Amino acid sequence: MSMFKIFNVSGSAVSAQSQRLNVVASNLANADTVAGPDRSAYKARQVVFTTVPMGEVGTAGVQVTQVSEDNTPGRRVLDPKHPQADADGYVTYSNVNAVEEMVNMISASRSYQNNIEVMTTAKSLLMKTLQMGQSS
Amino acid sequence: MLNRLTDTLNFQADALTLRSERQRLIASNIANADTPNYVARDFNFAEALRNATGVKSTGESTLAPVKLAPAATHGAHLGLNGQPLGSKDQPDMNYALASQTSLDSNSVDMDRERANFADNTVRYEATLRFINAQVRTLNTAITGQ
Repeated sequence: MSMFKIFNVSGSAVSAQSQRLNVVASNLANADTVAGPDRSAYKARQVVFTTVPMGEVGTAGVQVTQVSEDNTPGRRVLDPKHPQADADGYVTYSNVNAVEEMVNMISASRSYQNNIEVMTTAKSLLMKTLQMGQSS
Repeated sequence: MLNRLTDTLNFQADALTLRSERQRLIASNIANADTPNYVARDFNFAEALRNATGVKSTGESTLAPVKLAPAATHGAHLGLNGQPLGSKDQPDMNYALASQTSLDSNSVDMDRERANFADNTVRYEATLRFINAQVRTLNTAITGQ
């Protein structure tokens, strides 16, 4: 019964999307982190999705293969009174773009919901298939 | 005699198998909606059903033996009768074209996939009801009154 594979496919997608949500959450949490004494601030992270073939032709799940770091330099603000300011009086913030992260969050949440709905539908169809031929 | 009873169910069984294959395919497309370079896939249901049941046109009989499509989990697997898999018994996969270009070359159109999924769900349930109705008919026929 090939429909059971739907749970593997959508399950892998749900887990990948929740990992993406996790990364967005840590990015947003660190949006205002400043560089410590080692002069390196938090770097925004992004998950990379890859298709995973699952047996039959056309059955493809999703997997997070790596979490890449954004290497663009962080925002530098002149604030000599700040305790973390460097010798020139600049404070380096993390390079997280809050707007991009919010968009990413909404997209991940929508994809998550879509896959849950697919699983709910597949489950109800399988339950009806189980009752096939029983007189009601 | 028993064949005559069950032959009527075979066509619906084929249709149900193909519907579940398509459901799985659309679920894969929805799951990969955010994967870069993924190409959405689908197959022509009417053509696949015609191939599976061996019906050439609508005028001919719909009663045909079931051809099960075995799964190739390894590249060297052969199908029934020694034929390579995906040649005849499995539906031909088509690639869906992107309706709007996307930066990551992903061709999944979520609106289209959701519509296809809902459509396929309803038709799967319809096939189930046809089967249930036929079973009820056969039961009535063989029950002593």
